Amino acid sequence: MDELLQHCLNALMLGGTYALLGIGLTLIFGIMKVVNFTHGELYAFGAYMMYALVMVLGANFFVALPLAIALGVALGALLQFVLLRRLHSADIDTTMLVMIGAWIALQNAEQLAWTGVAKSIASPFPAAPLVIGPVSVAWNRVFVFFIALILIGATYLLINQTKLGRAMRATFQDRDTAALMGVRIGNIHTATFALGSGLAAAAGALLGPVFVAYPSMGDLAAAKAFAVVILGGLGSIPGATIGGFILALAEELGAGYVSSGYRDAMGFLLIIVILLFRPTGLFARKERIG
Amino acid sequence: MRAGLTILFLGILASLPLWLDNAYLLHVLIVTGIFIVAAMSLNLLLGYAGQLSLGHVAFFGIGAYASALVSLGFKLSFPFEIVVEAKPVWLAMLIGMVAAGLAGWFIGRIAFRVRGAYFVIVSISFVEVVRLVAVNWVELTQGPMALNNIPPLAVGDFVFYKKPENYWLVLGVAIVCYILIRRLVYSRAGRAMVALAENEPLATSVGIDVTRYLVLAAVVSAAMAGAAGALYAHYVRIVDPDVFLFIYTVTMVIMVITGGKGTLAGPIVGGLIFGLLPEGLRAMAFAPEAQWIVYGVLMVLVVYFLPRGIVPALQRK
Repeated sequence: MDELLQHCLNALMLGGTYALLGIGLTLIFGIMKVVNFTHGELYAFGAYMMYALVMVLGANFFVALPLAIALGVALGALLQFVLLRRLHSADIDTTMLVMIGAWIALQNAEQLAWTGVAKSIASPFPAAPLVIGPVSVAWNRVFVFFIALILIGATYLLINQTKLGRAMRATFQDRDTAALMGVRIGNIHTATFALGSGLAAAAGALLGPVFVAYPSMGDLAAAKAFAVVILGGLGSIPGATIGGFILALAEELGAGYVSSGYRDAMGFLLIIVILLFRPTGLFARKERIG
Repeated sequence: MRAGLTILFLGILASLPLWLDNAYLLHVLIVTGIFIVAAMSLNLLLGYAGQLSLGHVAFFGIGAYASALVSLGFKLSFPFEIVVEAKPVWLAMLIGMVAAGLAGWFIGRIAFRVRGAYFVIVSISFVEVVRLVAVNWVELTQGPMALNNIPPLAVGDFVFYKKPENYWLVLGVAIVCYILIRRLVYSRAGRAMVALAENEPLATSVGIDVTRYLVLAAVVSAAMAGAAGALYAHYVRIVDPDVFLFIYTVTMVIMVITGGKGTLAGPIVGGLIFGLLPEGLRAMAFAPEAQWIVYGVLMVLVVYFLPRGIVPALQRK
């Protein structure tokens, strides 16, 4: 019983970052119809920026975190401006291939810049875990969880309460009509891609110090983000949030009770099962976002 | 004119080992040829049936593993006791093809329930599950320790050890696959596939059974990719779970798209360019990463300026 509780707690801590990754990807897909293969690289970028700021430049951890996220937002905006701006009417296969090309180039640029050796990032949290009754959890995981929750909440508010969010939702529902109502689609796409990229970079900046930063770390993160998005239904933010926690729980239970070797297979098996029975995902809502 | 060019092209390819005295370059050409076969098979799904499968390397890998295992022989105690004696390599390669075709049938039945981005992600998920099975089912696959000492193909007393004979073998298989795809594409079934890719609701409304033709395309395509995988296994003679890496699928997709999806010559043109390009870049680049950065950037540029591929762009003139 204690073991099960511990698994659930681990899943809760992990699920927050999975949700962050998934929300970023689902926003970009929902609003721009772009399957974003560079998502994992933005995640790695966030982690490497933390390394550069904290370990190379010696910045304070809590100053470096928002800076790394801001740099992720900037890189996202740049990618959209350089690569996707002129492809807004191209079909989904074309943009996907462009993103795959960008992913290969970015990953190798990361490896060239930081070498293939994994980098560890010092975090200011005590090494001793927080013990609550029969279960325990590391302090840095608790921090990651709460920051992830705050970022998810902020994204909700941005999408549902601001003028920019309303324009995003309008673009999601019907791009042409939104354009006729005076929404600048190009700006919305840049904002969306920057926001999604920022969320991926945030996940990387949060998890980089928990694990280590290495060039191919983005691949697994991207794969998990895809799993989360499929679980929740493409374009659904609540779906991606819940999908993140479901994926984390499936992985924890799979690793704990089946075999730790198949931990990373759980998400993919879950996708295949879900698509067999509910092809549009668990929470798909065709007409709305947010 | 066109027939003359084809004969000239084939003549150059067939006589290549006679005048090219460079074992390394010949090796690169053999591997490129194997990937061109895989890219041709992907073209059937991606170009003609219109389904962007990003899990195609799964069939390549299943063909490689099945063929290697049957030719080596294996024992299993779980889920049931089974002992398979080592079989001749040609039989193993056929079994590899059948195994890949069966996998194509199975995943086709599941994945063709969904379309577009969902289909893409299901196909990626499938290959990841297969890769993790290959890593973890150590009793069967040796996991990351890899299957070693895979025997080369032998016909009677003749063993395909050296590079020239392997080159001709791959060239022969590629020509057979080309002819098969050509025949299929110009058949009734091929026209039905193209109709599905162009406009699925319209094709359905005139009575084309969507799932049947998509699954047919998937089975033929998977078996052909399995054949490429089997060729690969018995040529390099080692197979490890890295054959399932996403980058190999990407390589096949780039070959098809840059050459021109839905054209017979597309995968060959794209395959030669992107098969030989990394070698050319390696000679110039100061670091292996730089080579791949250029590769990625070139891919973006090709999609930007030749979105329909090189072959259609040449045909228009």
